[in-house]
Amino acid sequence: MRANTWAGRNKVEVRDVPDPKILNKRDAIVRITSTAICGSDLHLVNGYVPTMQDGDVMGHEFMGEVIEVGPGVDPDRLRVGDRVVVPFPIACGACAACAAEMYSCCENSNPNAGIAEKMFGHPVAGIFGYSHLTGGFAGGQAQYARVPFADVGPLKIESDLSDEQVLFLSDILPTGYMGAEMCDIRPSDVVAVWGAGPVGQFAMDSARVLGAAKVIAIDKEPYRLEMAERAGYTPVNFEEVDVRSRLLELTGGRGPDKCIDAVGLEATHGSAHIAAYDRVKQAVRSETERPHALRQAIMSCRSGGVVSVIGVYGGLMDKFPAGAWMNRALTLRTGQCHVQRYMKPLLQRIERGEIDPTRIITHTMPLDEAERGFDIFKNKQDNCEKIVLKP
Amino acid sequence: MSLGLGVAQLAAPETVRRISGVDDSLTSRAVVPLVGARELVHAAGLLTSRRKSVWAWTRVAGDAMDLTALGMALAHRGGRRRRRLVGVTGAVVAITVLDLLTAVQATRTREIGSVPALRRSRKGGSMELTATTTIRKPASEVYAFWRDLENLPTFMAHLEQVRATGDRTSHWSAGAPFGTNVEWDAEIIDEAPGERIAWRSTGHADVPNSGTVRFVPAPDGVSTEVHVVLVYDIPGGAVGKAVAKYFGEEPHQQLDDDLRRLKQVLETGEVVRSDGAPWGKRARKEFPQRPAQPLSDAELAKGADA
Repeated sequence: MRANTWAGRNKVEVRDVPDPKILNKRDAIVRITSTAICGSDLHLVNGYVPTMQDGDVMGHEFMGEVIEVGPGVDPDRLRVGDRVVVPFPIACGACAACAAEMYSCCENSNPNAGIAEKMFGHPVAGIFGYSHLTGGFAGGQAQYARVPFADVGPLKIESDLSDEQVLFLSDILPTGYMGAEMCDIRPSDVVAVWGAGPVGQFAMDSARVLGAAKVIAIDKEPYRLEMAERAGYTPVNFEEVDVRSRLLELTGGRGPDKCIDAVGLEATHGSAHIAAYDRVKQAVRSETERPHALRQAIMSCRSGGVVSVIGVYGGLMDKFPAGAWMNRALTLRTGQCHVQRYMKPLLQRIERGEIDPTRIITHTMPLDEAERGFDIFKNKQDNCEKIVLKP
Repeated sequence: MSLGLGVAQLAAPETVRRISGVDDSLTSRAVVPLVGARELVHAAGLLTSRRKSVWAWTRVAGDAMDLTALGMALAHRGGRRRRRLVGVTGAVVAITVLDLLTAVQATRTREIGSVPALRRSRKGGSMELTATTTIRKPASEVYAFWRDLENLPTFMAHLEQVRATGDRTSHWSAGAPFGTNVEWDAEIIDEAPGERIAWRSTGHADVPNSGTVRFVPAPDGVSTEVHVVLVYDIPGGAVGKAVAKYFGEEPHQQLDDDLRRLKQVLETGEVVRSDGAPWGKRARKEFPQRPAQPLSDAELAKGADA
């Protein structure tokens, strides 16, 4: 089959690789009809997530048709012919984390738990196409994919919704939603979202759906801010204004009640010397993060507010504003999205028309053009927000 | 010195490659920063660890690697690049001699001041390993699975086979470093159903060992804490241990991984496999992985009896 693979730092390559096969009893093989390029794929391509190998199949947002199931798959849950969206964290459904609906912390789905344990203290779930630290599972930017624990995660789509309407249930829509849900939004809340990429846009949609009074979008790309403005949010361009001052202005000096970091470890920043400090520390690997968005969110948030982190961080960060966090009674909440928990309720919101996931799609192209797709997404060319690939 | 070299190799790999005359090779583009990163590891170890002699020896090992790489490079270079390489190689030889002297001296110093426990393990001696995990199954079920000793090889990487030879006696065989095999008989010396099993090897075991596993109800009222204590004699003392470590068979890590697989088997029914680590419990070494892409039929066939 054809698959988009990691070929070294700053390089992906569409190659011929073997077709996937059943390795565990509860595996299914899915013929992929739509897949997407995610912002967190860029952390892999840019070389910030360790343990990638030449030839790793990328991609963790995908959906398709089940063409084969292992002998252990519960036929009441999944059968050949089902149309499914596959969540990016692989979860066994039986451990204590899964029982608590913390699927991205599944205790059984990562065969490389020993490596993850050294990096994170405790292991995390396996993730499709997302380094060997998260299991070394082949990803979904391919014609076919092997899906372990197939009777736990994948969501059956039984209505005639298009791929484009449901594909993002695999990752970015639940991720944005969880970012907003962790904020415990009240009707009077002003919510500020750092990053107007796909996850940031969905965090904004979710904040509104959950009842926020006002939603603010922070980014530097005019086309992304325009997209947020068209959807009814207040844009703040951090290259043009001082973010904290502007946020205070917009909130009568209080600061946003709830802040969402939808940026993660590759934050860019207007202040040259702090950006340089983080960039140098990251380059010599004494810090894995460039945590500017997170620092700014903590400094800007109103006292007693919540900072919700859904941007991906990899390892260690410097100059975490612990003083602001502690002295001003901030709550910090975070997590890789527990996608399985949100898929069904979000599907219902899509069916009811409360959220329209298709609004962020700017590009659709064949899988074979993945290389070009990564290039324009990474370099924010052609007003690129979200790319869907068709195998 | 490690610190300086490491920073230079990471921050200015191009300059380092030019000075050392390997700037015409693609491989060196990857190797130079890697060697730089390794130098930083030595530096961090030497500066922070109390076990300086061990870190000094890692430098010697690093030097040996560098000399090998330089030797390979020398064989393929001519002209100015070759002259620069010869210069750099000479410098590395000098550094190696210095490192070797330092390491020998550090080890001597350490032997004089070393703690008795360490002396014992140098001559071979008993080693105690503990590990624990929590499994979301009742204690009776976890106990019953373990008590059927023939189940142990399904999650213990080293065990080839356990055969019950009586109600309380059994015959065990296990793989050891360098592809050798060890076998022994064992007997259960104490047990309380649903709570505890204790065993020890009997007769002339190659690696005399004993162990206890306790099954303790977890506070959540659903799960069971499994506490394992193993005591065994390390073959060849510290050297044997170092060798085992080198081959990725560090005993403590291995016991942790064994319990992880026990948890998988009891909670999900089998050992989870991925495309990059497809060999299930046979994956003794976690770090050497294949790319995360589906296996070809040939690789899959190889995996079945790897």
